[in-house]
Amino acid sequence: MHEYSIVGALISQVEDEARRRGARVVNRVHVRIGAVSGVEPVLLATAFGVFRERTLCEAAELVIEQVDERWTCPACGTVIDRNAGLLCDRCGTPPRLTAGDEIILNRIEMEVS
Amino acid sequence: MCQECGCGDTEIVSVEMHERILSGNDRAAAHNREHFERGGVLTLNVMGSPGAGKTALLEATAAALQGDFRMAAINGDLATDHDAQRLRRAGIEAVSVSTGSACHLDAAMVHHALDDLPPSGYDILAVENVGNLVCPAVYDLGQAANVVVLSITEGWDKPLKYPVMFMKTDLVLLTKIDLLPHLPGTKIEDFEAAVARVNPTPSVIRLSVHTGEGIAQWLEWIGGLMKPEPAGASS
Repeated sequence: MHEYSIVGALISQVEDEARRRGARVVNRVHVRIGAVSGVEPVLLATAFGVFRERTLCEAAELVIEQVDERWTCPACGTVIDRNAGLLCDRCGTPPRLTAGDEIILNRIEMEVS
Repeated sequence: MCQECGCGDTEIVSVEMHERILSGNDRAAAHNREHFERGGVLTLNVMGSPGAGKTALLEATAAALQGDFRMAAINGDLATDHDAQRLRRAGIEAVSVSTGSACHLDAAMVHHALDDLPPSGYDILAVENVGNLVCPAVYDLGQAANVVVLSITEGWDKPLKYPVMFMKTDLVLLTKIDLLPHLPGTKIEDFEAAVARVNPTPSVIRLSVHTGEGIAQWLEWIGGLMKPEPAGASS
């Protein structure tokens, strides 16, 4: 259940930025989580609900944008479906993961007075 | 703004961050990596289920290296230092990290553990991660390569069930291969095909610490990482 440690890191990142800008409260935290990042969105939301207490994020909403997994052939650029087997059906090259492993803090909405 | 006390008139500010949530861990991992590279130490992040044979692999590795290269290890477990004790008996300088309730090692824990290892005198550092096929995959420790130990008693479809770990690995070691005659219906090709379905690039080595099968290949793989081509050699 590493989502708790990820949320711990997320909240300190958000608080650092909010304090730097003199924010009194954080309204919304936008994150991007890839389908094969190893982070489970439902658990992340649960952990956020627990960890935000007594922080600047206490009333903040966590907005999770999920990113699908995408494999792309580095040789010819063809996008490959993992379930079809991981070889480019056009040129036979093993593809690379080009989306889906994101664990990103995208945007913070805060109130600054 | 109110002239009396400064209240009111707040402004909503939207700040674009686009930063990895684990950027703190990434920085600590980069620091570890620099430390390892400067010291000429090859660091391997050894992951796998509890009981997959990670510790047995390291014992067999130390025996097979026969002093050609010196090994050290960091063992992550929720509790006890049993694995580190085993490795010390096998001649490996080993320190234990008890993670308490944490299901993985992170870069800061590895950095902290380095304080308990001698500053030099080893060429290979094996970080034996907490036995777990999920969480350790998410944290960079500063390693040169990831190794997943998968024993054939665990079932061929583990790579499909836990794809993230297998996606991030550079090598899969299929261990306990000597048990194959006792596992009716188990086919090694199924394991290899399952790995290929989630990650097209890793090497797969079939290995048994009891018969010694695959040990030479494993050492060869390590050797390949230890002797990088000198810069400009191709020109």
